[in-house]
Amino acid sequence: MSSSLERHKYDVLVIGAGGAGLRAAVEAREAGLKVAIICKSLFGKAHTVMAEGGAAASMGNANSNDNWQVHFRDTMRGGKFLNHYRMAELHAKESPDRIWELETWGALFDRTKEGKISQRNFGGHEYPRLAHVGDRTGLELIRTMQQRIVALQQKDARDHGNAESFIKVFAELTITDILKENGKVAGAYGYYRETGADVLFEAPAVVIATGGVGKTFKITSNSWEGTGDGHALALKAGANLKDMEFLQFHPTGMVWPPSVRGILVTESVRGEGGILTNSLGERFMFKYIPDVFKDKYADNEEEADRWYTDQDNNRRPPELLPRDEVARAINSEVKAGRGTEHGGVFLDVSKRISAEIIKKRLPSMWHQFYELAGVDITKEAMEVGPTCHYVMGGVDVEPDNAAAIGVPGLFAAGEVAGGMHGSNRLGGNSLSDLLVFGRRAGMGAAEYVKSNGDNPVSQSTIDAASARIEAPFKRSGGENPYALHQELQEVTHNLVGIIRTKSELDEAIVKIADIRRRSANVTVAGDRKFNPGFHLAFDLDNMLLVAESTAKSAVLREESRGGHTRDDFPGMNSQWRQVNHIASFDGVQVTVQKKALPVLPKELFDLFDPHELEKYMTPEEMSKGGSI
Amino acid sequence: MANGVFSSSRAQIPERTLRTDKWWIQPLTTFTVLVSFIIYATFRAFENGNYFAEPLISPFYSPCLSTECVDGASLLGTPFGIIQLFGMTISPALLILIFPLGFRMTCYYYRKAYYRSFWFSPPACAVAEPHAKYTGETRFPLIFQNAHRWFFYAGLVFNVLLTVDAVLAFRNEHKEWGHLSVGTLVLIANATFLWLYSLSCHTCRHTVGGRLRNFSKHPLRYKAWTIVSVLNHKHQNFAWISLFGVAFADFYVRQVASGAITNFYFF
Amino acid sequence: MARKLKLRIWRGDSTSGALKDVTVDVNDGEVVLDVIHRVQAEQMGDLAVRWNCKAGKCGSCSMEINGKPRLACMTQCASFGEEETITVTPLRAFPVIKDLVTDVSFNYKKAMEIPAYEHPKDLAPGEARMEQVDVERSQEFRKCIECFLCQDVCHVVRDHEENKKSFAGPRFFIRIAELDMHPLDTLRNRKKTAQEEHGLGMCNITKCCTEVCPEHIRITDNAIIPMKERVADQKYDPVRWLGSKIRKREGIL
Repeated sequence: MSSSLERHKYDVLVIGAGGAGLRAAVEAREAGLKVAIICKSLFGKAHTVMAEGGAAASMGNANSNDNWQVHFRDTMRGGKFLNHYRMAELHAKESPDRIWELETWGALFDRTKEGKISQRNFGGHEYPRLAHVGDRTGLELIRTMQQRIVALQQKDARDHGNAESFIKVFAELTITDILKENGKVAGAYGYYRETGADVLFEAPAVVIATGGVGKTFKITSNSWEGTGDGHALALKAGANLKDMEFLQFHPTGMVWPPSVRGILVTESVRGEGGILTNSLGERFMFKYIPDVFKDKYADNEEEADRWYTDQDNNRRPPELLPRDEVARAINSEVKAGRGTEHGGVFLDVSKRISAEIIKKRLPSMWHQFYELAGVDITKEAMEVGPTCHYVMGGVDVEPDNAAAIGVPGLFAAGEVAGGMHGSNRLGGNSLSDLLVFGRRAGMGAAEYVKSNGDNPVSQSTIDAASARIEAPFKRSGGENPYALHQELQEVTHNLVGIIRTKSELDEAIVKIADIRRRSANVTVAGDRKFNPGFHLAFDLDNMLLVAESTAKSAVLREESRGGHTRDDFPGMNSQWRQVNHIASFDGVQVTVQKKALPVLPKELFDLFDPHELEKYMTPEEMSKGGSI
Repeated sequence: MANGVFSSSRAQIPERTLRTDKWWIQPLTTFTVLVSFIIYATFRAFENGNYFAEPLISPFYSPCLSTECVDGASLLGTPFGIIQLFGMTISPALLILIFPLGFRMTCYYYRKAYYRSFWFSPPACAVAEPHAKYTGETRFPLIFQNAHRWFFYAGLVFNVLLTVDAVLAFRNEHKEWGHLSVGTLVLIANATFLWLYSLSCHTCRHTVGGRLRNFSKHPLRYKAWTIVSVLNHKHQNFAWISLFGVAFADFYVRQVASGAITNFYFF
Repeated sequence: MARKLKLRIWRGDSTSGALKDVTVDVNDGEVVLDVIHRVQAEQMGDLAVRWNCKAGKCGSCSMEINGKPRLACMTQCASFGEEETITVTPLRAFPVIKDLVTDVSFNYKKAMEIPAYEHPKDLAPGEARMEQVDVERSQEFRKCIECFLCQDVCHVVRDHEENKKSFAGPRFFIRIAELDMHPLDTLRNRKKTAQEEHGLGMCNITKCCTEVCPEHIRITDNAIIPMKERVADQKYDPVRWLGSKIRKREGIL
């Protein structure tokens, strides 16, 4: 194969063409470097398009009291103080500039009356903070950056005679290995999905921006692309994954019909008066109000109903509890046998609001159910259940330049990077995360290339990578990758899902290892040309590494915090707050170790009310008052 | 060489279309209705009679500008004397019809309708067209479609005249005001539909506000644009209704003028 | 409640291909993409199909279903008769790669030809002030998910391969309209180039682009026709042409 191998040389290779990847590419190009962008699908289709709500940035357009300190506090609270403080700080400080920058590239956000960017309220944010465009903010972000890249290419065409002389987008290409020489990144190897032909990229810096891992789970809001490719590539290249036990399950994903299983049902449905009931018709959320929320949430239907018209004199309906609480409640109902036929619960707006108002206030939801599922939500209840939405864990990086710790030349940004969101991400912080750390990864890569220079790839490295791609066709009699993928999803769904226990996690670890053993022998029908079975064989490999990391991190963390709930350890534990889990891979299996969480510096410590911090920190930490 | 959907690089599918619905009904209906209208309008234009019955005038013949016109039909006088071409006397209707015809021929909606049904370009969406070459509206004669705005302006003048005709129809045969007949209603409906058709036109939408870059600096024009935009949504409906309206108004006047029916007066 | 569904799927590549009959289970509420996936998992492991979000938001699963350009994830199986055979083919305006996957690079080339947004040079980030009414028109066009169904259905290129070099297509006419209506864009020759370089005049407004748009963008009424009128202002309207010359001389524009 290698005689006719297609080779490319770039300064920076960006794997992933979602928000973070494109922002990194723009930054590296503006630093004067040659950049290749790898998309697994077509340019502009990345999962970023699915983000609806908005991008959080404390511009203070809707409320002038907002500033980076408030945003920082909200983010740390949301993450239950497991966030890397420096990432949360950079994120809060820089996101307004990143949003404004998009406007200079042609983005058109919704406006306030004064003509500024409009900002909306969202769970966990103290002030209206999310810059948005209706309910398609992610699309606006990705299109703006896609068009920014085209603009830079047009400029290169004018200045250098060739539009692709400095930035080239490689669409429908899968990277199977990150290549290293002399302990440093040297490039990446992969194949065109269309033809199946191998391709080698030589590049001293690689930015991973591949997004999430949702497809590891049975029910997810993620598209097929969310197979944890970047997580696995980084692990295999010698980087570490931080806090992989933390996954965000959105409480209300569609569960029926199967065609739309996992697709999000926005929180606003509950905000507008949607109620949750089980198969017995009970409005079960009243049973699940935790003690700490008793003073804020109504314990009877009458009061809950009054809240929609009089919010000052009544407590909120329990359907509006935080995401993790609602997800757990639904999960418990289903496990207790009070779920719907398809394993969800009912969410109904039709009884409370008129059809006309539903269509006016929830237009995209109405369309989503009507067009995708053939369900008219003005007449019938929706069936909903928790859906795997976001992974907080990810590649362990340096906050300032997004460099992957342990692998010179490797960078990671966006959902694939860990640390920023701690144990739980706030809505709206994902889109701003992409922009802030996408840019920083691009900067980091550019600085690295300028001070390090080329690192050629050796023939033996190429041969090994090439052999790995050819392998599925050389085998025979192995299992079908589709079947193994389904089996993995059953294991993660049943044993590593929302509520976890030691015995189930132990079982999962054994089962995942078994699937991984069998996956080494998967066989693929047909040839290399646009062959989805072949593609899945590699995705499967990645998902198995992710699942193993998650299960092994989860079994160690003996507490419940954010996106990690242990039935056998239901409370939050201040000792565990000081611990990050670091997963590494030795070529055979994943090992997870503990590492101390960086201590909050005094100036950030002092931004909080000590009474609040006491809930999270040990008395010892409190007495130190942050590091100096 | 095979072109279009049969090009060698495309998926090799022998069918011109794989549509299973009755896609041909729409172009066929359009074709039939438009041809019927053309036949009727041509017949009426050359008939050169039965177009006026005090106080009603057919929209095909208003304003009648020839000295040949019957008494009372010439609202704007007869500046043209007798209209002749190559020694032949031309029906005064032809002088008038050229404007509404031009307006409708260049109308963005009718263009779609006749390109599809008369020229099969394309006959329906995703149905391969039969032509080997296609240049669209880039050269003679179709480049003149860009003159739509001039016909729109002319159309407005005619709308005013036909509105006046409708007002004049509040009289009786003896030119006494304060009466209402079926004919009055017919002419009012005709004028109303024509106004709706003109005001919902894409050129109108562009003129009142569409060409602006910043609506916020022109609140009145923005308001007007908003209203026209709502009407514009129904432009297709108005195009058909007003076409039937005009034909019916003419037909009604013809029946009255020829004595086939009497114009019924409510009061 | 599974029932059997009869499908005819086009299988092949750029050299040859044919419709293949398959029968597959279908459940209530499933869309065409679901049954294609089932065929893929159970009967044709190497059946090529593009898809991403399966929620009508990314515009990847464009194909032709019973001859109509549609998103497979937005086409309910229940919208067809129980006995009906559903025919699924790749987009017929673009070169086929394999099975249901076509080479849509034409669209990315055209995207490259439309000059990008130009921000006012003296306007720093964060200082832009635009009113909602001024951004709404362009926002409609920015809803575009680039499924390229409009490009596929447009007979100008679907039926005339040779027009591809001189015709940008509906997707890029809405892009031009978006920029021409953008309150802050400073590039002023978009109308002229729309007509002279991007083939706006080739469009005969037969509206198929609007009919197939899954985002319900009113491509023809809100973008193409307004652009044709703006072009007419500059090129085919002697009165306005003269007016603009005079105003330019007097420094009004």
